[in-house]
Amino acid sequence: MKRILCALLACLMIFSLVACGANDDVATPDEVADVKVGFIFLHDENSTYDKNFMDAAKAACEELGVEYAQKTQIPEGAECTDAAIELIEVDGCNIIFADSFGHENFLMKAAEQYPDVQFCHATGTQAHTAGLDNFHNAFASIYEGRYLAGVAAGMKLNEMIDAGDIKAEEAKMGYVGAFTFAEVISGYTSFYLGAKSVCPSVTMDVKFTGSWYDEQLEKEAAEALISGGCVLISQHADSMGAPTACETAGVPNVSYNGSTVDACPNTFIVSSRIDWAPYFKHMIECVQTGTAIEADWTGTIETGSVVLTEINEAAAAEGTVEKVEEVKAGLLDGTVKVFDTANFTVGGEPLTTYLADVDTDADFTPDTEAIVDGIFCESDLRSAPYFDVRIDGITLLDEKY
Amino acid sequence: MSSISATKHHKEPLVHIVKRDEMKIWQAWLVRVAAIVLALLLVGFISMALTKEDFFTIYETMYKGAFGRLGSGSTVMLWNFLQKTAILLGLSLAVTPAFKMKFWNCGAEGQALMGGLASMICMIELGDKLSYPVLLLVILLTSILAGAIWGVIPAIFKAQYNTNETLFTLMMNYIATQIIKYYLYIEGGGSNKINPVDEGNLPIIFDNKYALNVLIVLVLTVLVYVYLNYSKQGYEITVVGESKNTARYIGINVKKVIIRTMIISGAICGIIGMLLVSGTDHSIDTNTVGGQGFTAIMVSWLGQFNPFIMILMSALVIFINLGTGKMADTCGLNSSFADIAVGIVIFFVVGCEFFIHYSVRFRHQRKEAKV
Repeated sequence: MKRILCALLACLMIFSLVACGANDDVATPDEVADVKVGFIFLHDENSTYDKNFMDAAKAACEELGVEYAQKTQIPEGAECTDAAIELIEVDGCNIIFADSFGHENFLMKAAEQYPDVQFCHATGTQAHTAGLDNFHNAFASIYEGRYLAGVAAGMKLNEMIDAGDIKAEEAKMGYVGAFTFAEVISGYTSFYLGAKSVCPSVTMDVKFTGSWYDEQLEKEAAEALISGGCVLISQHADSMGAPTACETAGVPNVSYNGSTVDACPNTFIVSSRIDWAPYFKHMIECVQTGTAIEADWTGTIETGSVVLTEINEAAAAEGTVEKVEEVKAGLLDGTVKVFDTANFTVGGEPLTTYLADVDTDADFTPDTEAIVDGIFCESDLRSAPYFDVRIDGITLLDEKY
Repeated sequence: MSSISATKHHKEPLVHIVKRDEMKIWQAWLVRVAAIVLALLLVGFISMALTKEDFFTIYETMYKGAFGRLGSGSTVMLWNFLQKTAILLGLSLAVTPAFKMKFWNCGAEGQALMGGLASMICMIELGDKLSYPVLLLVILLTSILAGAIWGVIPAIFKAQYNTNETLFTLMMNYIATQIIKYYLYIEGGGSNKINPVDEGNLPIIFDNKYALNVLIVLVLTVLVYVYLNYSKQGYEITVVGESKNTARYIGINVKKVIIRTMIISGAICGIIGMLLVSGTDHSIDTNTVGGQGFTAIMVSWLGQFNPFIMILMSALVIFINLGTGKMADTCGLNSSFADIAVGIVIFFVVGCEFFIHYSVRFRHQRKEAKV
């Protein structure tokens, strides 16, 4: 027994020696505070959702010349707290960023332990009520991007109507969603309203898969929508399931998170996505200059956070590029509002008042009036979406999730 | 010394595999340590080839991943290492009595999950109703009970109907996972997550939330060692494991031993589940045990059912896991690389047992061969 212990201890000592050899990285103070960012990702680059974050992290850090470390495949549990601690203790990071909604509570645990480190979290909802100075949420007004993508979709429907392929009342779109969360509802509603702004007769069917990433389910959902009479498909899910189903069936597709034009050259119209690089640069510069980071930060078209990919002229209707630019200018100068209550009804009635669940609690209690001057103020009260109204014209085919 | 191929006619095979005489203990350990060192070197070389980092950086990164930065004075990562080792060790301890009895308990994962679930339910439902010491006692007892029940069900079927315990315990893992999923669904309020609960957390000793876990597992280690080697029940387990017929012949109630041992095995898993949920995570999900219940099977075997050797083996597995995980993160390798590295090390450690029991001879060496 003793011998074994001795042998293993010896091994351990050798390791320590080896490790000692190369440890001389002493930080050199600059005029700006030293920053090292630690990123926590739910999956790895194989998921379009995480890849979007990983690309932005690389771009932002390289542009600012800031070091960064990352941990991939971190589940939404206690592992997230451990990952944050490791990034701080081992890699010496002083900004920690996590990319998934479910990371939030576990990231906040680490934020309590390390008050000198800044913690930023995408898509979360609790920073404005948590009372932690070093914990921050961020999101983007992606509903504006979806609205623009919807305009492109509406243009395509108009083209089909004009060509006599479908009648005006047959202009039905299909949408593959993940869960019945506000984030998804806000997304498909803004997409629908965008289409409706150019094609007033449009309706939409929505199917939910109950998963953010399930290629087979998303493919089947898209196929079911197509056979149900939908002439254009969009989705809020991360796999290639729906786009490839559309390419096979020859049905136009509006994508999300990035261009799918390589796999779907004949059907891909346009895709909206959030570019996280502006936020990453913002949080880094805040720490460098010692400025406090906002509890809630909402990226917009203006900050460069909400972007559209190049429009695929092969699939899009003529004049789409010009029309999208025109609406975009309207969104920028404030003449176009996505959730203008004049443009939709709920149960046949206009919506005049709505209490949204802005301050997170276990029972999702509605707590804050969201409609001001006839506009539903999405992402004003906090960065993460809270529009969860079911408006007329959109049929939810299943609500099991 | 006996040669397998005793007959020799025209052609003699190039390589012979020869059973060795019993190797001296220190020699056997020298082989094992050499295997571990070789495995670590191989992992290092593969990493070098994949990352183009130099040799020392690789091991420095591995060391940092497991123990933290040298000279930083912070023990956070060291405690993290000890915690992970303790959990893996605890689960290995749990399966060991069953393994010694040749009852292949592959259900440590599920048994620990059920123990954790029992803790979670007590924390949520009774957290504000009972006084703290009573609550802790209730948590401990229900966790032990839940783990024991999950362990004893396959044991009863094995004892009564001689069902296959490997399949049965594996199946029980899936059921446990689904029960957790369902519980998250009803308790998680749409998000399928339980936020960390503040009631019913185990006390913090030495100013460190992992210290109590490590201490409890150390106590368990000693208890399991004494139980297996110095108690009548431990002896019965060994006899049943060697030969059920012998056990019956000398008047051991085999069914009783199987059921009793699995209750113990499940109960220890239940305690580990409690340490994870009430002790550290304060929340539960299907990933709480994180596959350690399966790695524990390996550790128990590598440790040759000796609890003290299992300490070293679980520490080794965790070191490789954390170390190569860090390397994968730092050098941009896929995070699955950690699993591959652990696989390499286990392959070497298991493989070296072959060389402890057999020796390989080449044709011309055969006559003057010595061990």
